[in-house]
Amino acid sequence: MAVPQTKQTTTEARLAGAAVPVGAGWITSARETALTRVRAMGLPERRDEYWKFTRPDSLTTPEAPQAAVYDGSDEPEMFGNLDRLKIVFVDGVFDPEASDDLALEGINVERLNDAAQRDIHWAKDLYGSLEERGQTPVPRPLASLNTALATDGLLIHVTGRASKPVNLIYIHKSETSDALLHHVVKLDAGAELTVLENGPAAARFNKVMEVDVGDRATFHHVRTQGRDHERRAATHVFARLASESVFKSFTMTANGVMTRNECVIELTGDDATAHVAGAAMGDGDFHQDDTVFITHDAERCESRQVFKKVLRNGATGVFQGKILVKPGAQKTDGYQISQSLLLDDDSEFLAKPELEIYADDVACSHGSTSGAIDEDALYYLRARGIPKPIATDLLTLSFLAEAVEEIEDESLRDEITTRLEAWLGRRRG
Amino acid sequence: MLEIKNLHVDLEEEGKTILKGVDLTVEAGRVHAIMGPNGSGKSTLSYVLSGRDGYEVTEGSATLDGVNLLDLEPEERAAAGLFLAFQYPVEIPGVGNMTFMRTAVNAQRKARGEEEMSAADFLKAVREKAKTLQIDADMLKRPVNVGFSGGEKKRNEILQMAMLAPKMCILDETDSGLDVDAMKLVADGVNALRDEGRGFLVITHYQRLLDHIKPDVVHIMSNGRIIKTGGPELALEVEQSGYADLKSEVA
Repeated sequence: MAVPQTKQTTTEARLAGAAVPVGAGWITSARETALTRVRAMGLPERRDEYWKFTRPDSLTTPEAPQAAVYDGSDEPEMFGNLDRLKIVFVDGVFDPEASDDLALEGINVERLNDAAQRDIHWAKDLYGSLEERGQTPVPRPLASLNTALATDGLLIHVTGRASKPVNLIYIHKSETSDALLHHVVKLDAGAELTVLENGPAAARFNKVMEVDVGDRATFHHVRTQGRDHERRAATHVFARLASESVFKSFTMTANGVMTRNECVIELTGDDATAHVAGAAMGDGDFHQDDTVFITHDAERCESRQVFKKVLRNGATGVFQGKILVKPGAQKTDGYQISQSLLLDDDSEFLAKPELEIYADDVACSHGSTSGAIDEDALYYLRARGIPKPIATDLLTLSFLAEAVEEIEDESLRDEITTRLEAWLGRRRG
Repeated sequence: MLEIKNLHVDLEEEGKTILKGVDLTVEAGRVHAIMGPNGSGKSTLSYVLSGRDGYEVTEGSATLDGVNLLDLEPEERAAAGLFLAFQYPVEIPGVGNMTFMRTAVNAQRKARGEEEMSAADFLKAVREKAKTLQIDADMLKRPVNVGFSGGEKKRNEILQMAMLAPKMCILDETDSGLDVDAMKLVADGVNALRDEGRGFLVITHYQRLLDHIKPDVVHIMSNGRIIKTGGPELALEVEQSGYADLKSEVA
């Protein structure tokens, strides 16, 4: 189908002056085909069905809309209590001074720039290829744009059990920064890694992470997107899961004028497990969109989607979640829940849960609700002497808890809960 | 201590009158019991005193040590020393029982201009009181009332009462859903809190709770009014002949 004229104009305006970065043959070819994909699909427009609830305009303009830098220096460092390998990017550029030495037992970490100059590299078969697989049945042109133009990011090869989590820290310093980061993570059979991500990254952030999870391998992902109010972000995670592998991802989002998080998972090996969860807190001109697409293409796989959003003062939350069960994916166990807690009448939650099933022996369920604070619970807390604003915060935490509980590691779960409490408390003040 | 005068209350939504002139005074150090048939207004009285939404006071007053309760928000009533042990304690997933209790204790202290309790002091106090109520560490750690049995929920109410040390305790059908052993445990917890400076109002449908928590005064409530007041023997009388006789006697 031909790309409509308006879309072509938007796309060419964004691509004007952009050139595929110089690199070795394999990556140049991956970038060029990605650029061809962008042109063939066109960048998203509001008329697109997949962008019905979220205006893509500010994510596709040639220049990033300006975003004031948020000063979060009075808060304790995120994940500061954990033993982790810190890797820092400032406005989308790797900062070796602020980062730890990249050597870590069980994994091999390289900067995309460096690897891209080498003629032979393991990432040859992965870079842009999981992204490309994720383009059907629904196009995700912003991800292809990333594959075509990103120069920074990490290539992480996990050969064993990583001795500590890798923490990607995204610092925002420039009010006009427009950052593209592309990470590729490959987990060999039986390997294990936890990736932590935090920070606003840039005025506008386009990030892709491709994760190839080998047989019996385990990948945990915990991310916070927080408090920098004017930032915009479009992020994609593309994961492919081999047999008996495990993928678990949790995202906490607070504030942010525009956030679109897409997670595209393909279960290609039998008995694999994929969990995706999110807790979002929106206040005022906040727009946050979780778009998830999970394809079951093997037997006895389990997938779970748990998304909770607390919205107030006119904030908007979006959830688009799909479970696609392909023919032959028998004994699939798919679960999806999305819920919002609306603290006033001005806020809005838009949800589109979908199931598409082509196998006959599966168990899939989904649900979506919107509701106000439970008056009985509020009265109970207040009758114990807890003032209404604090009681409301406690019930907000209570509401978000189901998503936070998806984080398997207890210390990470505690860290997120503590941060949630602090952010809720601060919002009140 | 607690003084209720000519209290008239309507249900806001239906405009239905539930309390039609309740007069009741509970003195410090005394245990009053209110008994009455279903629908007589016993629970409504406890909700109105503690500040639940949905009720409209059309006439009368309720004061605690001279403070007009009806003007206060629910949390202010609690800080003023009023405590209601709920008939149906609410489950709050994701909020730890300890966090909940500590937040409540410190919020009340703050409201009264007192110093907050340190985490260590709080932990010590809660452990000590939990032990006598046979509440184990797991119940303290779990989310508020989630997965608790009926008896555990009621014991948890009494634990909150012990931690908050209120002046005036109202127990709303605390015996409902309890077997004899659980009821005894709850009653022991309440009796341990009996004190010269503290008043109790025990709302119950049956006499059996009053075998364990011995009242000084028993009131019979029917159709939104106290229709009879007497000593503990009044509870036994109800037990033997039911409420119907009393109602006709008064009529």
